[in-house]
Parts: sequence; structure tokens; C-alpha cells
Amino acid sequence: MMKNSIFNISPDRSKYPEKDAEGNLMVDLDSQKYVKLWQGPQHPGVTGNMSLELTISGDEIIQAKTHVGYLHRGFEKLMERRKYIQCFPTCIRMCVAEPDYNEYNLAAGIEELSGIEVPEMAQWLRTLVLEMARLQSLLRVVPGQGGTFALGLGVQWGVYLRDLILDLFEELTGGRVYHMYILPGGVRGLLPDGFKKRMEETLKKIDEFVVNIDNLMFSNAVFKQRAKDVGIIQPEWIDQFGIVGPNARSAGFMRDVRKDYPYLVYDQLDFEPMTMNYSDIYNRARLRWHDLIMTVDLIRQIMAKIPETGDIKAPTPNVLHWKIPRNETYIRSESSRGEYGFYMVSDGTDKPRRINLRGPSYVHAISLLEHMLINANIADTAAIMVSLQTCPPEIER
Amino acid sequence: MTSLKDILSPFTAWKNVILEPVTIKDPINDRPGAARYRGFHKNDITKCIGCGTCEDICENEAIDMVPVEGIETKDGDSGLRPKIDYGRCCWCALCVDVCTTNSLSMSNEYKWIDTDPDNFRFIPGVDKKSWDDNEAGWKKPEPNYEFYGLKRAEMGELHPEERDHSFIEFIKGYSKQQAQEEADRCVECGICTATCPAHMGIPDYIRAIRNDDIEEGLRVLYETNPLPEICGRICTHKCESVCSIGHKGEPLSIRWLKRYIADQVESEHYKKILETENLVKNGKKVAIIGAGPSGLSAAYYLSLLGYECTIFEKLPEAGGMMRYGIPEYRLPYDQIDKDINYILSLGVEIRYNVNIGSDITLDQLHLDYDAVFAGTGLHLGRSTRIDGSDHENVYQSIELLRKITLGEEIHVAEKIVVIGGGNVAMDITRSLARLQKIKYGKVQTLATSLETEDKMPADREEVVEAREEGAIIDPGWAPQSIEIVDGKVKGLHVTQCLSLFDATGAFNPQCNLDNKKFFEADMVVESIGQGMDLGYISENIKDNLTMGPRGRIQVDKYFQTSLPWLFLGGDIIQGPDVIHGIANGHQAARGIDNYLNAKG
Ligand code: SF4
Ligand code: SF4
Ligand code: SF4
Repeated sequence: MMKNSIFNISPDRSKYPEKDAEGNLMVDLDSQKYVKLWQGPQHPGVTGNMSLELTISGDEIIQAKTHVGYLHRGFEKLMERRKYIQCFPTCIRMCVAEPDYNEYNLAAGIEELSGIEVPEMAQWLRTLVLEMARLQSLLRVVPGQGGTFALGLGVQWGVYLRDLILDLFEELTGGRVYHMYILPGGVRGLLPDGFKKRMEETLKKIDEFVVNIDNLMFSNAVFKQRAKDVGIIQPEWIDQFGIVGPNARSAGFMRDVRKDYPYLVYDQLDFEPMTMNYSDIYNRARLRWHDLIMTVDLIRQIMAKIPETGDIKAPTPNVLHWKIPRNETYIRSESSRGEYGFYMVSDGTDKPRRINLRGPSYVHAISLLEHMLINANIADTAAIMVSLQTCPPEIER
Repeated sequence: MTSLKDILSPFTAWKNVILEPVTIKDPINDRPGAARYRGFHKNDITKCIGCGTCEDICENEAIDMVPVEGIETKDGDSGLRPKIDYGRCCWCALCVDVCTTNSLSMSNEYKWIDTDPDNFRFIPGVDKKSWDDNEAGWKKPEPNYEFYGLKRAEMGELHPEERDHSFIEFIKGYSKQQAQEEADRCVECGICTATCPAHMGIPDYIRAIRNDDIEEGLRVLYETNPLPEICGRICTHKCESVCSIGHKGEPLSIRWLKRYIADQVESEHYKKILETENLVKNGKKVAIIGAGPSGLSAAYYLSLLGYECTIFEKLPEAGGMMRYGIPEYRLPYDQIDKDINYILSLGVEIRYNVNIGSDITLDQLHLDYDAVFAGTGLHLGRSTRIDGSDHENVYQSIELLRKITLGEEIHVAEKIVVIGGGNVAMDITRSLARLQKIKYGKVQTLATSLETEDKMPADREEVVEAREEGAIIDPGWAPQSIEIVDGKVKGLHVTQCLSLFDATGAFNPQCNLDNKKFFEADMVVESIGQGMDLGYISENIKDNLTMGPRGRIQVDKYFQTSLPWLFLGGDIIQGPDVIHGIANGHQAARGIDNYLNAKG
């Protein structure tokens, strides 16, 4: 990949490695031309416990393999041994960064399979926490892209602001990271007194952050040099790989569950997810920055429209022996990384027969990343990975 | 191309050097958890009943129910308390939300440093912690946020206007949907089982209803109770008064659920379901005196063990107090027959109209049978012995009820006063009210008791239903005298009753003589308890029996008297109620079996 820049000092290595008649790479490690390099599982540039087995020639990656297995906790299997209500503390751990989509999907699945209507108040509160989850996630991910190029300052700002959102989560749900707020039938509490005011104070700080990060990162010659024209997602890959969310939108494909299959109260909110038509690291980061602005706006809309009070939970069967008739469903919601889906099968007992997570990272961090790393510079590995917003806990659940 | 702006703008970040740092210097600056924070648990151990529901829901098995010094096991309280292992707890607070008494909550404390890992397993509320008094922390959300239903499934009843002139059963019984809805509310804690005199497997048969496995339900019922149609209607349901769900909502309708199971199965299927088609006889014979609950129960369980049982009954039909004491609108005769006929189908023989003592002696039974069980009940009325109580229009409730069952004509006056506040008093009040309605077209029956309304021994619903049917219940009065003018009853003089027991706990009513009332009536019914008639026990046997407190014959835990062949149970020993009788009969059957096996 050639770059028209004074900083580009990479020679053209495209003649390595040679290919056989079928076009397969011929990598002979004893030829002294290649080196195997492991990036991760302990590596500051890797999001979570995952590792990349890279075959490099000079500083260019010619083969990449994603290895998982450092984080497998068997959550999907564990849920098959638990009553539905007991699956909640388990399912949230499938995605540490945004546990709320797990809560929502599981609750919505149980409700659909049992025919339970969730009260309107609870629907608004659910929408609120799902957007707060997106916000706190983006506050790490947007500046995090700078972090992969050693621009750590924005990360510090983001972490601080994220903690302010976690403060609000703590007020609303009683927990900072694992919220346990959405349960079958509804949610576990109304907005505390003064919540809207404190939310607005925090959102104002995030408004400032949006400008500051623009100056620090997006109008930064070094960041631009490193992020532009690197890690490109070709539009034809979108359906080929099953790419979703911001990664798809940056390549010109409007993919957003909130718009495609509206749920909760999203049809009462005014928002237009951004699309771009050139997906490199810079644009993906920029699109997430726009998502951050949109999320702040969505939360303001929710705060303005949410009813003052109302029922937070519909009556449900006794959670200690709630049996769900034989059936199956697929429930999806839009996480900050894209479509987050639960395939659920019930078999008439009080425990799920199967819950399978279809998370965006499975595609993004394995098949897509392995593909994108070929011919990339090893210095860009972490940047490319972060630009796909991969989340190992959700791959290995 | 690189612009000058792109080189300069990152330097705007330098403005941060003049900002205050945001990091909290803990522990110098404390930061308490939010008001809803899910921190270390708290438990109000005086409110907690040790139901173990918190232990059940915990997906991490972080909770163990453990005995605690100073907390006794008693009715409605297992005596256990939750101990939490913070090496397992994930702070989900499901245990708090599911707690049946709202005793469990969480503090907002999240910091605790200790060098001994074992300290992180403790019993909240018992092992004192600095956060025990924290106001803030997670509590079950209110209102309308529950993990199980708090309201009873509605039970169909005849409207008071349909039932006040008839003896038709007025509780209609649950439909399948109602029963399952009701059964769903149970948390399977077993608190009820511990309190039930027969220790019935209540959560198990309730589960069978949820699973729509009626046959399994029937098997569970018969493990401990061979009279489920009867108990399903008139049991005093001590279980319901302790049901865990009753702390936040309405207790499970355990009694109606039992009835629901029995109502679903036709008599002809009992033997197959209960696997009693081929009982093997062991060649030993037991005589049972009285076909009441304890005698029938003993006969049933002895039959299962292979004994040949013969019941001697004084009255023309079986059932004892269940038939001759409880009115038909509460317990229809065909339901009594259903339970009893099944017991008879196992080969139990009943000899009716036999008086032990005169027709055949107890000594003779001793000679003819391997063992004898007597459950003869309390069939003698008790009088208040106030002035006028010997008048012919002053009756004993128990006699009137017996006559109603026997179909004999009884005197029904236009104005009646009933003295007594127990279930029998309510039975006679409601029966007389019906008869008045039939005879005079209106009800003028009044019941009064020493106990005030909140302390009346009768079941609450009996009082409510009696009022619905037009009777007046005016509790809290002590009867003084019955006024008789020209040989006719004119009414009852009462004074306000202040207390029933003195400081030593002895029965010694205190009255306020300044607060008097006169209840007009031309007929008075006394219903203040019953006495036993042990006349059938001959003197030579009596001499060899050890007596216990309150004039009762002493028995051991198997209801065996000091004469090893003689077992006594039911109201003459414990109760009075049907379920104690059943439990006694069952236990006596075990005792008889032990005794005869040992004897060889
Ligand atoms: S908070 Fe959750 S994990 Fe902890 S003891 Fe309660 S139910 Fe168990
Ligand atoms: S659920 Fe509540 S009442 Fe029952 S044992 Fe636990 S803390 Fe005690
Ligand atoms: S009926 Fe009540 S006391 Fe009995 S197991 Fe169910 S909830 Fe517990």
C-alpha cells in the first residue's frame, strides 16, 4: 500500500512471499525471510485477552491469525444450567464494555417468548441505559484510536468522562459496570431525583470534550498521517464478511438496528446515523466521533420526552419457576459496535435450551481482521484492530 | 496535505495544565456509594424468617442458610439466616428483590480491606458491620415490582344472597387456570410444611399443580393425609398463617390447592394412582374406636402396612366431628364419603352404632385384637353455667350441629344469641342463620365472644362470611346471665371483657362491670368448647394408665399409652382439629407397627 507522503518510508514488498500455482502463499520459515511474531495476549495494543499470530517479512505482515481461548468462561453453556432470571448476572459478562445490550436482549427474548408487554416507562428507561452504554463505550473508543498511535491524552479525558457516566449509572442502577437494571418485564427503578440535571451537567462536559478531541486528534497532522488510507474496508466485503454497525456505515452501508428494525422507543426519537463512503481508520474514528455527538443528542431527547413516572415492571410469572414454552427467537439491538443479537431457544423448562450470541466482534476480530492485516505494517496492527472496535469477551463467551 | 492548523491545533490541549486534577484521593477524600448502590448486604434478622428464598435465587451459590445462636426454630421461622460468601457474590441483588419479607437489603459500602479472607463470609445482621446502619444502599424497588404474585387467584363463591338460605357448598373450587396461577406464587420454601401438624409436602404438591401432574399431586397428598377432600375444604390451615408470601402479600391458598388436586381425580382411579391395588395382609388385627379423622387416618396407614383394621363407630355414619360437627355448606357429605370410601376400599371394616363399654368392652377388644387405637373426639358440650343456662331453650352448639346432620328437627327461634368465638360457634351461627332465613325469611342471629375481634379464635373468613350472610358478630363481651321472664328466655346480659388471662397466664377473664349490654333473644346457644367422654375406658384399665396434665391421658410420641396395646390420638390428646387428628393417627400407625413388630 503506497502512500503519497513524506513520512512514507516503506519499500514495496509486494513480491514477498511468492505464491504457488494456486495462489497460496509460500511461507518457508527456514528461508530466513519470515519471522513469526505474537502480538498479545498481554499487549497494550490489544483490546482484551486475545492474540494475533503474525507472520512478518521485514515490518510487513503477510499472514495473520487471531487466537482466542484466553477468556473462555462458557457463559452460553452456563446459562443452559440456570433459571432464566439467573442468566442475567451471567449474560452481562459476555460483553464487559457494554453489558446492557446483553440484559436487554435476554429480557426482550424472554418477554417475546412469554408474551409479556413492557410498560412504556420501562421502555424509555431501557432506551436511556442502552444509549448511556453506547456513550460510555464511545468515550473510550474514540480517543482510544489516538492511543494506538501513542496519543494517550485523549484517552485520559475520555476515561474521566466515562467515569462521570458511570456515576450516573451508579445512581440509576446501583452498579457502575454491571448494571443489572433490565430484567424481564421492565427495569429496576425510576430516575432518581435530580438525575436529569446531573445528566445535563455531564453532557455539557462531553460537549467540550467533543471539541477538544477534534482539535487534539482529528486536526492533528500525525494522527492523520497514521490513520488516513490505512486499514481500508472495501465495500464489497460488507456482506461477504457480515460486517455491521459503524464499520459498515463508514463503507457506505446504512446498517443500524435502531433504524432497520426499530425497537423500544427509537421510533419516537429523531436521529440519522451517519454513513461515509471511504472506510479507513481515520474515517471510522471520525464516524464514531459523530456517533458520540448523536448519542449525546439522543440522551437529551430522551431526557426531554421521558414520562415523569409510570410502571417500571409488568407482572411476570414467579421468576423462581418461570417456564417458557418450546420456541425460538432472534433478538437484536444496536450496540456501539453494531448489531448485537441473541438467538434463543426455549424447550418448555425453566432454563434456556440454548442462548447463542451473534456479536459483531466475531466477524470483525477474526475473519475481517485476519484479512485486513495482510500487507499491513506491524506498527499499524493495534490501530487497525482498535478501528474495528473488537471486543474479545464477546467473541469468547 | 498537511495544513498548519493540523500542526497547531493539538497544542490547544496545553490549556489543561491550568485545570484542577479530577482524581479522588481515597481514603483521604471519601466517596460514598450512590443511594441505590449494591454494596455489602444488610439483613434485619428479626424480620427475616429463614425461608431460604434468597439462597434459591442466587446463581452463584453465594448464600448458605445457617443456624444462628439466639434464634429459635418456631412456626413460621426456620431459625436459619443467610450467610454470604463475598468470594462468590456478584452483587446482583436478586436475593434482595426476591426476599419474601423485605428483610434483606444492601448498604452502599463497597470498600472493606481485611487480611483474613474468611472474614469475607459472614451473616449480615448477625455479624456486626460498620455499614449496618447505612440508610443508603439497594432496596427492593417499589411499588408494583415483584418477582412473584402477591395477590391470591380469585376463588369463585356463591353470592351471600344465594347461600344464606341453603346448605349447598358455597366455595366453588379452583379451575385449572386459577389453580396454576395460585400455585405459581409459591417460592417452595417449606416454611408451611414445618408448621403443618401432618407435615404435608405442600411445596411438592403445589409444584405438581404447576406441572399439571395431578396424579403426582394426589400421591404427595396421600403420603401424609388420607382425607384430602375434607382437609381441602375445612382444614384450619395453620400452613397459610405462616406462608412466607403472607409477609408481603396474601399467603398461598394452600387449602384450596389441596382441594383442587383431590377434586380432579375420580374415586375409581385412586387405587391405581396410589398403587394400593394389591396390598398384602400381614395377618395382624387392629381395633380402632371412632371413625373420626384420627381413627380413619390410623386405619389407612395401618392398612398400607398390611394390618386388618376394624373401626367401631357409635353413630350411624363415619366421619365423626367432620360429619356431625361441620355444616354441610362447608363440607358436603358426598366429599366426606369420597375420602372415607377409598379408605374402606382397602379392606377397612366399620361397625356402626356400636358403643364401646356397653355393646362391647375395651377389655374384649384387647383380647380380640393385637392393638387398639382410640380417637373418640370431643363430643360433649360445655356450659357457661351462668344463671339461666339450664333453661330448655339454652342449647349446646355441638348437639344442634349433630342433630342437623342426623336430619332431626331442631328448635329455631326468631332471635338467637350464640356465645362463643371459635370455628364451631361460627358454624352454628351460620347454620342457624340459614335456618332462620328459611323459616322466617330474615336472619336475627348474633354471636358474641369473650375475645375481641382481633383475638377471636375463629378463622377470619368465617367471621366475614357469617356477616355477609346476615349474622351479627359482636365480640369482646363476657356473658353474665340469661334473663328468663315467665319461663321464657328474653336475652343475654353481658359486660365488656377486658382481658382473658391473668399475669400467670391462667384463664381468668377481667370485666368492666360499668360497660354492660343486653342482647335480646328467645334462644341461646353455648359454644365455648367441648369435653371428652372417656366412659368406655373401664376402671381397671384406667388404673393402669398414667395421666398427664389437664386431665388428659399421657401418651408418648407414638401416641402409645402406658398400656402398650392401647394408643390414643385425635382431639382427646391434641387439637382440637382435623389435621392434628390425621397426624396423630398416622404417627400412631407407625407406633402400632413398631410395637407389633417388636412383639413378633
Ligand atoms: S447479590 Fe446476587 S450473587 Fe450476591 S448473594 Fe445476592 S443473589 Fe447471590
Ligand atoms: S429471602 Fe429474606 S426472609 Fe427469606 S431467608 Fe432470605 S433474607 Fe431471610
Ligand atoms: S406455600 Fe408458602 S410457605 Fe409453603 S412453600 Fe409455598 S411459599 Fe413457602
